[in-house]
Amino acid sequence: MDLEAIAGKLNARFPEVVKSVETAHAGDPFLVIDPGRILDVAKFLRDDPEMSFEWLMCLSGVDYPPESIAVVYNLYSQTHGRRLTLKALLDRNDPRIFSVESVWRMADWHERECYDMFGVVFDGHPDLRRILLPFDWEGHPLRKDYVYPESYRGVTNKP
Amino acid sequence: MPIDTNQKSTDLRTEEMIINMGPQHPSTHGVLRLEVTTDGEVVMDVRPFIGYLHRCFEKHSEKVGYTGVIPYTDRMDYLAAMNNNHGYVMTVEKLLGLEIPERAEYIRVIIAELGRISSHLVAFGTYANDLGAVTPLVWGFRDREYILDIFEMCCGARLTCNYYRIGGLSGDLTPEMLTKIREFLDYFEPKLKDYDRLLSYNKIFIERTAGVGVIPLEMAVNYGITGPPLRASGMKWDLRKDEPYSIYDRFEFNIPTGKGLKGEVGDCWDRYMVRMWEMAESVKIIRQCLAQIPEGEYISPKTPKMIKPPKGEVYVRVENPRGELGYYLVSDGKPNLYRLKVRSPCFTNLAIVPAISRGVMLADLVAIVGSLDIVLGEIDR
Repeated sequence: MDLEAIAGKLNARFPEVVKSVETAHAGDPFLVIDPGRILDVAKFLRDDPEMSFEWLMCLSGVDYPPESIAVVYNLYSQTHGRRLTLKALLDRNDPRIFSVESVWRMADWHERECYDMFGVVFDGHPDLRRILLPFDWEGHPLRKDYVYPESYRGVTNKP
Repeated sequence: MPIDTNQKSTDLRTEEMIINMGPQHPSTHGVLRLEVTTDGEVVMDVRPFIGYLHRCFEKHSEKVGYTGVIPYTDRMDYLAAMNNNHGYVMTVEKLLGLEIPERAEYIRVIIAELGRISSHLVAFGTYANDLGAVTPLVWGFRDREYILDIFEMCCGARLTCNYYRIGGLSGDLTPEMLTKIREFLDYFEPKLKDYDRLLSYNKIFIERTAGVGVIPLEMAVNYGITGPPLRASGMKWDLRKDEPYSIYDRFEFNIPTGKGLKGEVGDCWDRYMVRMWEMAESVKIIRQCLAQIPEGEYISPKTPKMIKPPKGEVYVRVENPRGELGYYLVSDGKPNLYRLKVRSPCFTNLAIVPAISRGVMLADLVAIVGSLDIVLGEIDR
């Protein structure tokens, strides 16, 4: 089953959930999906026997200023030996998406990392805290417009 | 007030106690803090805290150009620097559509497998050390020295090697180096039996590890566990075989899996033993490489001077000694990359610790964390 077929199945099950099929660039093609339906889509992709994406390989955030922040899901189906990349574009001023931690537990720490670095809020995540940075850190460093702080707890970066 | 030892035990007030294991605890292999809730000697809950070694790898990599990222990858999993290099250069090459000369592919596989052995030797030594045996640590580090000597001959560095380049390697392997690798294999192969005699089938070691920290297979998949811990849970899954990259499809080797020989499938002993078996398989691969290695270029002459991949994105994963190392790379067609996310195997594997540690003894927690063979440099990036 190729990417178009998967997009067709998804659209048949959840009307208009796939916004576009991106194949024009170098590397892996991907599907842009409606962020509001991510949990349904994730459950369907894992449990449907034709899909069976048992593995969430990677979950990343990408910042596209000025409009959006993307959350990217790289899935793998061991049963069918097939990959799938989903991209959900969120509003950059208030990035929110539902957590897929209940579908793939692997997403737990990766969503926390995405929250830490991009400020994406994962609704329904059981324990959404910063993971790599200190809890009192301000800002989300992997955003493109991040301004480096001049000091942290009295330690400055000025010579 | 002195404790009244005649007091009945039922009169004593008991409560759960929270203990910080780490960040400077020898068995955490770096700076990991586990906040352990204990009831006496029993672990009730574990909360891992990471980030003490965070060096903003992903942010830095957006500033230094494609070639400049390679030395940073060395410093993630510093015990398997070569394998990290391999994954990263493959990611960029895939986006560039660059073909690698045959000889370079062979050298890459030889060096990556040596890296795997050296990493597993550290895992072997430090795991024994965690459980109170000192000799394996000395033996493991002794034999790893020979591999580091070979690395030093290849590229001048022992730990953070920076040997792989986009399009090939930074230097060729001379005939003397190939001889040195052959000599090492002849020396090393019998040593594997010594390790087994010393530690693997040692009664005390088996008592400490067999049946401890069992990861059921379904749980392992759901948590995204990869590498030796996944294979120990019984899944025959190795990217070198199942999604062959580089030239791994040309070699004969087995994928060892956990069989629950001493306890249950997926326990600490299985995870340890899978690594020991894997070292023998790596030796097999290197021997086949040495027999087949052709003459030729060590770096592709078509490599552009300025690495500037076209607009696009790609996810490439390789089998690191610790599991699936993935690079998600987004390029916008400029000389600096747009976004690089590292799917670190240790980061993902460590997340399972709370789930398998509830109800075990405190000493077993050390055995469980050690058996996952984590490197904090890669977790925190």
